[in-house]
Amino acid sequence: MSKLIRKSCLPAALLLSPVLSFAQAAPGVEAAVHKGDVAWMMTATLLVLFMAMPGLGLFYGGMVRAKNVLSILMQVTIVFCLIALLWAFYGYSVAFTESTAYFGSLSKLFLSGVTIDSLADTFSDDVKLPEFVFIAFQCTFAGLTTALIVGSLAERVRFSALLVFSVLWFTFSYLPIAHMVWGPGGMLLEDGALDFAGGTVVHINAGVAGLVGAWMLGKRTGYGRDILAPHSVPLTLVGAAMLWVGWFGFNAGSNLEATSGAALALINTLFATAAATVAWTFGEWLFKGKPSMLGAASGAIAGLVAITPACGSVGVMGGIVIGAAGGLVCLWGVNGLKKMLGADDSLDVFGVHGLGGIVGAILTGVFTAPGLGGTGDADFAIGSQVWIQTFGVLVTIVWSGVVSFIAFKIADLVLGLRVSEEEEREGLDITAHGETAYRR
Amino acid sequence: MKLITAIIKPFKLDEVREALSGIGVQGVTVTEVKGFGRQKGHTELYRGAEYVVDFLPKVKVEAAVVDELVDQAVEAIENAARTGKIGDGKIFVFDLEQVVRIRTGETGATAI
Repeated sequence: MSKLIRKSCLPAALLLSPVLSFAQAAPGVEAAVHKGDVAWMMTATLLVLFMAMPGLGLFYGGMVRAKNVLSILMQVTIVFCLIALLWAFYGYSVAFTESTAYFGSLSKLFLSGVTIDSLADTFSDDVKLPEFVFIAFQCTFAGLTTALIVGSLAERVRFSALLVFSVLWFTFSYLPIAHMVWGPGGMLLEDGALDFAGGTVVHINAGVAGLVGAWMLGKRTGYGRDILAPHSVPLTLVGAAMLWVGWFGFNAGSNLEATSGAALALINTLFATAAATVAWTFGEWLFKGKPSMLGAASGAIAGLVAITPACGSVGVMGGIVIGAAGGLVCLWGVNGLKKMLGADDSLDVFGVHGLGGIVGAILTGVFTAPGLGGTGDADFAIGSQVWIQTFGVLVTIVWSGVVSFIAFKIADLVLGLRVSEEEEREGLDITAHGETAYRR
Repeated sequence: MKLITAIIKPFKLDEVREALSGIGVQGVTVTEVKGFGRQKGHTELYRGAEYVVDFLPKVKVEAAVVDELVDQAVEAIENAARTGKIGDGKIFVFDLEQVVRIRTGETGATAI
């Protein structure tokens, strides 16, 4: 069934999170697969893959020192690929089949029962997708999210421990939260939480994990004393631009059909990001004296993160406000808040993804209101929706935080989370991967 | 024989090279270096992290010179490299004990 079950005491908010079940369409409804939708979803899948390979790698890679750039690229690449495999083995089943409010079942372990003819639901009763396309599309989300965490641990995490952590975190944090927000019977979905493309599932989830990891790892050697500046801001901008382009697949693809819903997500992804970039840049100009390229690139990402949960349900002007808010709040996040938190979140995964996701998730509850240009029903109530959004945010923060702590602990006990000081000083490219990025 | 080492501002390299060429000094070795004297560095800001960079990029020019040319060479470098602003650099003159032209095996002043 693709109709959403709502508790009667909740406001009749328009639920835009995908609910997937793989039974037949409701009786009497003729279900069809449309080539335009399939072509779009295949394209969206490629776009999200492009975000990870090489978008995120380059975005992060440019921000670390030259002696560590390959380690970042490796971490992003291998985490993505490893999680992709696990997605095929059990991840898809656990996220998107029905069982409990927190976890799906293992009925599709190793994609059993899924064939070339299997269909997945969309938001429309009469429109289906080949299930393979849906599996592939969601796979890129899982891989990308887990790879995001790498940023907080940069320049000092042990590669093997990172892989162990990633498998545990994917299994016990990504999958349940994806199930809760998007899966059939998922708790937050049932509550009426609005998260179109994954502000909670992806960004808050990863951001909190990154922060926990940064705390547990400790600061980089020489932090506060040595110059730990980016080795290539141009590379970071290239990565950020790839992320922006790919994000159209992430956001508009979450509509699952090539229709006006996707168009709304598309246009929001364009304007909110521009607003965030300008907001961060002007904010930095005002408060720090000079507008920087790294700041502008970061602003763009902050806006993309903030609009992610909102893109399918807010109007363009609302989206612009959300983008600008994301840009300004995250500017504070990587400055004031970062000092307050005291952790060396090297590449600001919490400051940008975590905080941006929180801002976006909560403002989604505001700007979905029809009076503010959103797609909410006439009886949409901002107050209660914001509470539902906040509740979803809190659940994600706590769940991810606890699971991350345990997963990092296990990885630490088994392998040791951090490399030695000598290895850190020499650089991870040589010590962990036996390679130099730039031969002099 | 003397070895003249001059630390100059990078954009002055061409002028210095031409000036040395003009007085008969044909061979120089150039290295990119960092340093500071009285010239202040700058501050770089990457998100929340501020770095004060004391070291400024400079260029080191080295030339082996016969004793008769030393004064002219120093003056040539000075005039070519001077801007009048802080950070113009310095010239050091060292005694040069031996010079060998690797191709031919010549030594001494003829090898310069």
